Amino acid sequence: MSEYKVKFEVFEGPLDLLLYLIKEEEVDIYEVNLTKLATQFIEYIEMMREFDLEIAGEFLVMASTLMYIKSRELLPVDQRAETEEDEEGADPRWELIRQLVEYKKFKDVAAQLQVLEERQEGIFPRVPGKLEFENTAPVPKPDVSIFDLLNAVNNVLKRFEKRDGTRDIFEDKWTVSEKIEYIIRILSSHEAIRFSELFEDAMSRSEVVCTFLALLELIRLKQLICAQSEDFGEIEIRKRPTSVVVPVAPETPHLTPGTSS
Amino acid sequence: MELKYILESLLFSAQKPLSPAELREVFANAAEQEDADATVKSLKKIKEGELNTALEQLAQDHEAAGRSYRVVCVAGSWQFVTQPEFAPWLKALVGVKARPTRLSQPSLETLAIIAYRQPLTRAEIEQIRGVNVDGVMQTLMERGLVEATGRAEVVGRPSLYGTTTLFLEYFGLKGLEDLPAADELRKIVVVKPPSSPVTADADLATSPPEQLQMPEGGEQKSEAGAPAA
Repeated sequence: MSEYKVKFEVFEGPLDLLLYLIKEEEVDIYEVNLTKLATQFIEYIEMMREFDLEIAGEFLVMASTLMYIKSRELLPVDQRAETEEDEEGADPRWELIRQLVEYKKFKDVAAQLQVLEERQEGIFPRVPGKLEFENTAPVPKPDVSIFDLLNAVNNVLKRFEKRDGTRDIFEDKWTVSEKIEYIIRILSSHEAIRFSELFEDAMSRSEVVCTFLALLELIRLKQLICAQSEDFGEIEIRKRPTSVVVPVAPETPHLTPGTSS
Repeated sequence: MELKYILESLLFSAQKPLSPAELREVFANAAEQEDADATVKSLKKIKEGELNTALEQLAQDHEAAGRSYRVVCVAGSWQFVTQPEFAPWLKALVGVKARPTRLSQPSLETLAIIAYRQPLTRAEIEQIRGVNVDGVMQTLMERGLVEATGRAEVVGRPSLYGTTTLFLEYFGLKGLEDLPAADELRKIVVVKPPSSPVTADADLATSPPEQLQMPEGGEQKSEAGAPAA
């Protein structure tokens, strides 16, 4: 078998491969010998097949174009099918070269864009501080009682009551301490979260209970406040404004649904 | 008071890049204030052309001063930015910019074609690249660098694509005319060279014998002829 010392690159498409072959030849695109190029192109496809690489249809189309150009050259000039040229309006060789030149230009400019992309990564815009105090909406009064919370959680639990009939029994996957971390995590990225949002993803009654217990625990530890912007409005949970640095894991004993209620 | 320094102060304090139109609005609003003096009032209806001239002048001043920052225009809006060579320290200060991963080679090529030839259809892009661009187009659209801008009035009314403002921001370009070699690539005219393309030796009516042989023989021959592959 012939020995290839060519570094096997992955080519974007047939044009990319052709440009590579032309570069190897170290000739100008306009002066390239298309017959030779056709042979090399086919060799490459053969090699790709040996490596079990999937050969995209575009490569085969290009191969057939090249073979057409090559076969056409085998005919004496006066016997070539003139009609073909008249219909297509262009010499297939010329058409291919035009396409290669165009593609090459865009490939070159893509390299320039890449330089710009890298350069832009190192450029930092000036971000001035805020010029005036933002008129912050008054924080709703923390006047939610335990009964409001219980009502709210009961509403959430109604979702699970409706299911009856056969039931699957799962092990309890949730712990209160896990849920505490979950709530803290949410509130580190959000200013406030609505009560119902907190339970949106809950899969079962016991998960709701766990989350609710975690919420109560965090309120007890004075890390959260619950507030209602209007009577009977949606309860909002937010971090206590003057947040003292809080240890993420409170030193309460490992909580299970039974212990903290 | 020189206009360019007024502009400098505005850009220095602005919360976001400002376009000449936005700057004009600032001048108009300033003149509306009760305590506006003659200078402020005189600039009430400043023309965009004057602003642009002053902004260009300001940018040149900063360039000449050689400080660590510049006034630049990206996507039509002006702002202060640092020079790239200070990136190592700035990265440590503000943390690595939350920037998406760099674009792949196919993405860059496709993006270049769209940028220079917009608006154009997917088929036209494929014709230039010679390969299917569905996957790449999806990536570019998801990243918001490319968008559908309309439909071509041809059979099937395919979508036309163009680049977005984000594209200009991503590459730090003032506008599309700021693209490298814009004039040349906007419409590539390939000038046919005087001699026709070389396929076989010119003085032979038919190709050299090597091409008439069976594929295997041809391969060996051409390999010998090719420079060290």
